[in-house]
Amino acid sequence: MSAAAPPVASSTPVLEIRGVTKAFGERQVLRGIDLAVTEHRAVALIGASGSGKSTLLRCIDLLEEIDDGDVFLDGEVITDPTVKPVAVRRKLGVVFQAYNLFPHMTALQNVVLGEMRAHGAPRAEAEERGRSLLARFGLEGREGDRPDNLSGGQQQRVAIARAFAGKPRALLLDEVTSALDPELVGEVLAAVRDLKAEGMTMVIATHEMSFAREVADEVAFLHDGQIIESGPPQKVLEAPEREETKRFLRRLLEAGRI
Amino acid sequence: MAESAVITDRRLEREAAKRRQHRRGQAIAAVSTVVVIGGLATWILTSPGWPEVRETFFSWSIFKDAFPEVLEGFWLDVKVFLVCEVAILIVGLIVALVRTSRSPAFFPLRLLGVVYVDLFRGFPTIMLVYLVGFGVPALKLSGLPTDPVVLGGIALTLSYSAYVAEVYRAGIGSVHRGQRDAALAVGLTDNQAMRHVILPQAVRRVAPPLLNDFVALQKDVALISILGPQEAFRIAQIIQYETFNFTPLIAAALLYLAVTIPLARVVDRIGGGPEGAVR
Repeated sequence: MSAAAPPVASSTPVLEIRGVTKAFGERQVLRGIDLAVTEHRAVALIGASGSGKSTLLRCIDLLEEIDDGDVFLDGEVITDPTVKPVAVRRKLGVVFQAYNLFPHMTALQNVVLGEMRAHGAPRAEAEERGRSLLARFGLEGREGDRPDNLSGGQQQRVAIARAFAGKPRALLLDEVTSALDPELVGEVLAAVRDLKAEGMTMVIATHEMSFAREVADEVAFLHDGQIIESGPPQKVLEAPEREETKRFLRRLLEAGRI
Repeated sequence: MAESAVITDRRLEREAAKRRQHRRGQAIAAVSTVVVIGGLATWILTSPGWPEVRETFFSWSIFKDAFPEVLEGFWLDVKVFLVCEVAILIVGLIVALVRTSRSPAFFPLRLLGVVYVDLFRGFPTIMLVYLVGFGVPALKLSGLPTDPVVLGGIALTLSYSAYVAEVYRAGIGSVHRGQRDAALAVGLTDNQAMRHVILPQAVRRVAPPLLNDFVALQKDVALISILGPQEAFRIAQIIQYETFNFTPLIAAALLYLAVTIPLARVVDRIGGGPEGAVR
């Protein structure tokens, strides 16, 4: 896959995280995260609930303010207090665990809202693109449906189309299948696979180890607010070095999640 | 799926039992209604004072004479109500938005919003009507309205906007924070997120409590009569004084009901379920 990917434009990572820390009150959630994601690559963040995966993604999209360290997007710092968050968020796409679709809007309106209001695209143009995106994720004919008329899997695919509609430099996926019934997981993962094949740069927080192995170029194991082990999926998932990683994978295995 | 299923005896038995239960339920409801309503009615209608009460409150001949006059006054109520309602929806929304804004530039306005809501929700509405209705003209400043209807309307708007602002604010607070996250994540500004994502959901949710305030407002419109204008309740009162009979007040009450009951049905329809679902 990566061999066939378009040539890497430069060696500057699309996303680079350096020494990021974040506490909520007394609770230290991130304790110095370093991570670089180069273009067209997908990094899977794995780790137990509460290990800081979601918080890290929220910090990258500036939905949370970090305490220390910095995040760079295409080499430019985005976590400086003087940087306007809106401009940064327009270059990133986020898919949330609970979909967070706008319930008062149709699927198509959900997808085109950002394009029209944030990117200033004319309605006709945004809708045409929105329709083709929905079709691409298997939602042809559902453009006029509101979220509560869609299954969880369909809602999450609308959310993926919505995040992708703003032509983001990178997509941040936060446990996009954890709220789904098992039989609906596959269709959402297929959508992500599709974006990966197109060369989308992604950070994927996930509990789906088989998916991480298949799609990610790199797996990073978060434990207690730190990335304590990272590398190619085969290595981290099959021959982990750290005791904590082994224990985490063993627990998943016992729970039948691998 | 089940349309080809054979209808078994057991199924017929179940359905017959359910029909019996249903019939018994209906019979109990009917009997208890007759007993309760009938009992209450008999109790009142056979009371020693009933003939007198009927004559004083429910006199058909007085009702017929008073109704056209009261109805004429009622148009003033309707006009004041409609104009105030629109003004209150706008002023209340502005106060709520100011109070929920995060911009530091809005700090003095936020403070003002808090003070306004605290004060005007606390003042009795009748006092505000006196204060604005008699106080403002007494200032003798040029350019300020002097029409008692306008002044009364302003007093009502000031009073009710404070309540409505809090209703809106509760609605805004009830929209899940993930909605704001998602709106910001697609690149909207704070203001755009409020306008396109949060407010539309909040407003649908607060439609029923807003109606509550409007039903109350509709009755409080009668307060402007203390400034002089003759609206339905005032006219009914005048006829009451002339005839020593309360029936005209009943006529006014019926007119109020004629507005508030349909309003309630409309809101039931647009307000949706407990989640403020959009359908």
